Amino acid sequence: MRTILSIGVDAAAYGMVLFIISIGLSIMMGLMRVVNLAHGAFAMIGGYIASYVLQDYGLGYGVAIAVAVAGTIVLAYPLDLLLYRRIYRNSDELTQVLLTIGITFLIIGVANYLLGPTSKTIPLPPSLSGPTDIGFRMVPTHRIFVIICGVVTALALWFLIEKTEFGIRLRAAVDHNQMADALGIRTEIIYSATFALAVGLGAFGGVVGAEILPIEPFYALRYMVTFLVVVSVGGAGSIGGALAASLLLGLADTTGKYLAPEFGEFFFYLAVILIVFLFPRGLFGRAY
Amino acid sequence: MTLLLDVQAVSKSFGGLHVNENVSFSLSAGDRVALIGPNGAGKTTLVNVLTGDLPPTSGRLIFCGEDITKLSIENRVQRGLARTFQITRLFKTLTAAENVALAVMQRRRITSRFFSPATDLPGVREEWQELLSILGVSHLAHRPVASLAYGQQRLLEMAIGLALHPKVLLLDEPGAGVPHDEAPKILEALDRLPKDIAVLMIEHDMDLVFKFAKRVLVLAGGRLIFEGTPESVTADHEVRRAYLGSYADASRGS
Amino acid sequence: MSMLQTSATPRSAGLPLQRELVGGLTVAVLGVVGYFLFPDDLAFLTRLVALALLVLSLDLVTGYCGIATLGHAAIFGVAAYAAGNACIAGMKDPIALLGVGIVAGVAMGLVSGVLIARFRQLPQLVLSIAFGQLIAALANKLSSVTGGSDGLAGIEPAPVLGIFGFDLYSRTAFVFSLTVLVIVFMVLLRFVNSPFGLLCRGIRDDDLRARMIGASVYPRLIVMYCVSGAVAGLGGALMAITTGVVGLDSVGFERSAEALVMLVLGGTGNLWGGLVGTIIFQIFAHVVSATNPFHWIMLVGLLLILIVVFAPRGIVYSAVTLFNRMFRREVAS
Repeated sequence: MRTILSIGVDAAAYGMVLFIISIGLSIMMGLMRVVNLAHGAFAMIGGYIASYVLQDYGLGYGVAIAVAVAGTIVLAYPLDLLLYRRIYRNSDELTQVLLTIGITFLIIGVANYLLGPTSKTIPLPPSLSGPTDIGFRMVPTHRIFVIICGVVTALALWFLIEKTEFGIRLRAAVDHNQMADALGIRTEIIYSATFALAVGLGAFGGVVGAEILPIEPFYALRYMVTFLVVVSVGGAGSIGGALAASLLLGLADTTGKYLAPEFGEFFFYLAVILIVFLFPRGLFGRAY
Repeated sequence: MTLLLDVQAVSKSFGGLHVNENVSFSLSAGDRVALIGPNGAGKTTLVNVLTGDLPPTSGRLIFCGEDITKLSIENRVQRGLARTFQITRLFKTLTAAENVALAVMQRRRITSRFFSPATDLPGVREEWQELLSILGVSHLAHRPVASLAYGQQRLLEMAIGLALHPKVLLLDEPGAGVPHDEAPKILEALDRLPKDIAVLMIEHDMDLVFKFAKRVLVLAGGRLIFEGTPESVTADHEVRRAYLGSYADASRGS
Repeated sequence: MSMLQTSATPRSAGLPLQRELVGGLTVAVLGVVGYFLFPDDLAFLTRLVALALLVLSLDLVTGYCGIATLGHAAIFGVAAYAAGNACIAGMKDPIALLGVGIVAGVAMGLVSGVLIARFRQLPQLVLSIAFGQLIAALANKLSSVTGGSDGLAGIEPAPVLGIFGFDLYSRTAFVFSLTVLVIVFMVLLRFVNSPFGLLCRGIRDDDLRARMIGASVYPRLIVMYCVSGAVAGLGGALMAITTGVVGLDSVGFERSAEALVMLVLGGTGNLWGGLVGTIIFQIFAHVVSATNPFHWIMLVGLLLILIVVFAPRGIVYSAVTLFNRMFRREVAS
């Protein structure tokens, strides 16, 4: 029973981290049809910035998150302008894979050159670092915090996409790209805004998830596949799909690690292959 | 007349949208039929259902006595039901000769050969050369398709259709986008189609329709509202109402 | 331009097999040049040949069929482990070991093809990565077969044809590998210009169109994956035979990604591109890799970005275009 509860909390927290990071990638893929393998690199940059702000300036955790998100967007924007715009929508996927792997490698190299190969800690504030009593058991507070972050992110995105002017334009651009162009909706601006949103969410997830996915230079490569898998299983562009896929994969991975640590990875990838092969459009998604 | 393709009460809907409703007609050997209708009448959807690109919601397709409703695209082509595309879809990095040769080789079931030189195979070479010369594009044989003018690509599209030796050939707007001076070549190519095959042409250009078709089908709002001779189509009241009014717009617009 | 001629243009006056003979001879000459340029580094050249086979194999599925895969090293690595284990189990003859590599490669190609060639776009990419990672995870865990992270060591093949023993200076290894490459290259030149090769290029351009001329796409792609597997398997077996060790890096993601980099550097859909890309990338790596590996990854990243932006069709194509332009200008003036 204790194991089941531990697995449950860990799986939910891990799943929520996957969700927060991957949802940006999912929205970007749904709208711009771009397989962005460098998404994890942006989460990593967010983590690095937060670590730097907390350790060298001693600012608060909340401030660190805000600076990390804004900083990552600022750093990534030139990449959108110079590189990503070439591959939105109308390029073949080989080009997208090559360009975004290139960006990933470049960021890994630069991160290591500037910050060294060791992993960086993002110290938690005292209010988040201890255990919390949830009535019948003690659970690490940070896990609860991550789960709440995930739920809030999902709700905020749902509101943004379903209820705001931006969301209407975004959905119009996804469903009828040319028509949106014809109607004078400036897809370019929507693309840039979406890119910023995706990168910002990635950075946010990178920071709050650093306890679970530690920040080090090979972060970008190590979890590249995992984020991509979430989008593929959930279906590109679907919030509910990404949430369900994240929790499902979080559960599969955590259970595997608890019960069969030797073959955890093996079962994870086996599950991925089976799901993607049987449901190529994702469990819940639309056609990509 | 041998019955080749029998379309039996075919309907196709997407969600609640009925794009084709209860469409029935048949094509026999030697038929020259035009399918016309205003934009959005469901013509392209119908072609996609006939070729197997889309499954029909209900209805049956009988080809040479065999129910092909559930057959895949490639199986239908292998039995002799071929099409050309409205938007030219050629193998764009291959040369014109390679495009046609590939269709010839596929028809002859020799594309599994691993170690013979593709376009030079005896028999294949003569055949693609003849097809290109029929359509008057022999001089373009070794140019990559992507570098050809649109009208030339349309002609090549026809050549590929012919290379498959179909029993029934569906031509999706063969005249669309062809410059005026090349239009006669399309007609010439249509004239050279083997007499015993059935041809169903979807076309907006009424000149081409009148010159080519012996029978006209009119699709409007997803339903077949008329079937008869080209001469009688313009006289039909329902057709005039449903179609010819918007045809004037369509021809000016496109 | 004649070197680039992958399209089957009928040649007016040409010997039969001319293209294949010229190709084989060129590769052999390149090998001899390498032999004299790097006499002390034949082990490096031998490795280069094995990797060239992997890249040629990748070109068959990526360049000729349009399948973007990041899991191709799985085939290469499994074949290397198969040949290595066969050797340790007592099958010492190098040519028989190549046979083991081919069989393992075809088997892996079949599985890869069934999984990866089924779909396009995102599912295809994810399946290719997941399959590669699955094999890598297995290789890591099944240490009784693979030696785990220590690698599979103790592969000591018998002399080639019972005469030429594998020496410390890798002379035999290099000549043996080069011979395999020359033969494979000639066979592939013939193969990609066959009706089957032409159909695969058609499928790459437009798979719906290919079905509309009556071709069944999925089975063809699986067959191509098997051929590709045989070539990658030969490369893997060569690696095992000539280096005597098989490490986890043989199956890893980095190996798959690196193969893709080499391929696009030279140019996809063109056997010469794959070959030239491998040579340039490996020499570059050989010279630079003495420095920090992290600098290396940065350089590879930069290189990839530059290729996509400035030479999307690979440097062989760009070089030929540049050459033609300069040559024509000369003629004009």
